[in-house]
Amino acid sequence: MNAADKKRLLREMLYARRFEERCYEAYVERKIGGFLHLYPGQEACAIGVMEAARPGRDYVITGYRDHVHAIKCGSDPKVVMAELFGKETGSSKGRGGSMHIFDVEHRFMGGYALVGGPFPLAAGIAKAIKMKGDDDISICFLGDAANNQGTFHESLNMAKVWDLPVLYVCENNMYGIGTRIERSTAVVDQYKRVCGYDIPAAQVDGQDIETVHAAAKTAVDHVRSGKGPYFLELMTYRYRGHSMSDSNAYRAKEEERQWSKRDPIIILRDRLVEAGELTAEEYKAMDTGILDEIEQEVIPFAESSPEPKVEELEKYVLAENDPWVHGRAQ
Amino acid sequence: MAELMYWEAIRRAHDEEMARDPLVICMGEDIGVAGGTYKATKGLFDKYGPERVIDTPISENGFTGLGIGASFLGVRPVIEIMSVNFAWLAMDQIFNTAAKVRYMSGGQLTAPIVVRSPGGTAHQLGAQHSARMEKVFMGIAGLRVVTPSTPKQAYGLLKSAIRCEDPVFINEHELMYNLKGEVPDQEFFHPLEGSEVVREGRDVTLFGYNISVHWALQAAEVLSKQHGIEAEVVDLYTLSPLDRAGIAASVSKTHRAIIVEEAEPAVGVGSEVMAIINEECFFELDAAPLRVSAVNVPIPYNRQLEKAALPAVKDVVDAVLSQVAK
Repeated sequence: MNAADKKRLLREMLYARRFEERCYEAYVERKIGGFLHLYPGQEACAIGVMEAARPGRDYVITGYRDHVHAIKCGSDPKVVMAELFGKETGSSKGRGGSMHIFDVEHRFMGGYALVGGPFPLAAGIAKAIKMKGDDDISICFLGDAANNQGTFHESLNMAKVWDLPVLYVCENNMYGIGTRIERSTAVVDQYKRVCGYDIPAAQVDGQDIETVHAAAKTAVDHVRSGKGPYFLELMTYRYRGHSMSDSNAYRAKEEERQWSKRDPIIILRDRLVEAGELTAEEYKAMDTGILDEIEQEVIPFAESSPEPKVEELEKYVLAENDPWVHGRAQ
Repeated sequence: MAELMYWEAIRRAHDEEMARDPLVICMGEDIGVAGGTYKATKGLFDKYGPERVIDTPISENGFTGLGIGASFLGVRPVIEIMSVNFAWLAMDQIFNTAAKVRYMSGGQLTAPIVVRSPGGTAHQLGAQHSARMEKVFMGIAGLRVVTPSTPKQAYGLLKSAIRCEDPVFINEHELMYNLKGEVPDQEFFHPLEGSEVVREGRDVTLFGYNISVHWALQAAEVLSKQHGIEAEVVDLYTLSPLDRAGIAASVSKTHRAIIVEEAEPAVGVGSEVMAIINEECFFELDAAPLRVSAVNVPIPYNRQLEKAALPAVKDVVDAVLSQVAK
């Protein structure tokens, strides 16, 4: 990875951070409703893995902490923000909300709100890819706590039995909502749980995007070459509570302080500065540029977009004018 | 016109659709090498191979979700759930994903899957193999529910369901796979919405679906021969969306309605049809509508108790006589 790529990744992570922080403010201002699960702290995971894949071409599916995954696949941040604002111009036309960002054109196959729900969907996407004979792959991002659902085991088993081109990425932030992993999970290292399915697995630092990228490259190459599924565990940390309704009182301040020293943006920034590839001024300008873009383009678009029409409440429940509903000649 | 058994009709629909479109696949427990518990996929494994006729692990939620994921990319999976009781395990994927994904993606994604499963009580299979779950499926926005009462419907409904863009649940019946009936030799597609008057009558309407259509028809014969009462029998082959116009038309003609259902009465087909009658044609009624339903118990193993838990033809006849007497 050259210096220009690293700077671009730094900007993408910083953009994700500022985007999510702005979501927080908009939530407090009551511009965003419902549940809101934010990504700060975990940026190197989605961005690092997708950097090793083909964003917009490989299929991606995830849970409800989904804004950054969609943006990395190619979604317009304005359209994502408009969805959070519940607007007709949003990615799901205001019908989905934060937990259900979809962008099928960029092959972001959705955010889903049932923990563990996407595991089999990702395997099914991989099955379809295999039937069509394409060299795309299916990538599923979920957290460590999802691995305690039955769908985790059912899906790994099927993915291996049928050698499906699916990469399961586990973003291990050590908490399932508010319960720490040791208190809910018999085997804390998630990659070890996968050996029961004879699927290759690795665990790496999820805070250093270069490490993530290198590990993801190995994983993606394995899956794309037709060798079947792969499981990649990224050790990470979310700075905020599980969602906006989470007081975050269950975590020790000392733990949070320790992890703040392992911030993915600061790690890469400092490395670039040390190598003489970035100056403090450049970084500041980058940050200002991002904040301006969000404030001058993203938020105004979401604010000024129209609400969905109440007359269209029942649109999208079923297909419109599907001829097969009425049958045909006998 | 050939006479086929219910299972043969389903098998024929699978075969024709798989021959036409390489993206049609079928999946489920024992459906491949073993040919299916009810033979609905017999011979297809040899014809289409393991990539398209997939013996799944016993992981209902997992393989249903896998089928849904594949359908996002245009694959048309026909998923057999061996017994509807096991569909409880797949409810998360059917309800939370298949039925909602079109809506929550603002129309970007759809899950055109077909889930086929035998419901109903067979003979002494006990509480966990005798569920009647149509009431559960029919209350979910975004999911179509149909239930064939004849081989012809079983064939034509599956054909249309495979082509339809929406997820469709087909409620079959354990006791009906060997039922014989005429199926047109030419390809046809049964409507996924509507109902059918299968016996004309003037005195009372008996609404049935799936196996209870046959009970209603038997009761109508008894009523005609022994009591001079001409019952109309309406086959509600579509449970979601229910045919409001068809229900209202028949009740407006006979002015009396009885719903015959194999399931327990609460929150079921009968209660829903009664609500529709109230909303659409209340003033057409000459008597309060009645339900002939199962007793609200887990289905017992003992043969005598099992029989007592389920509605019988005599119960339908008695209900009509009591209603006409009023």
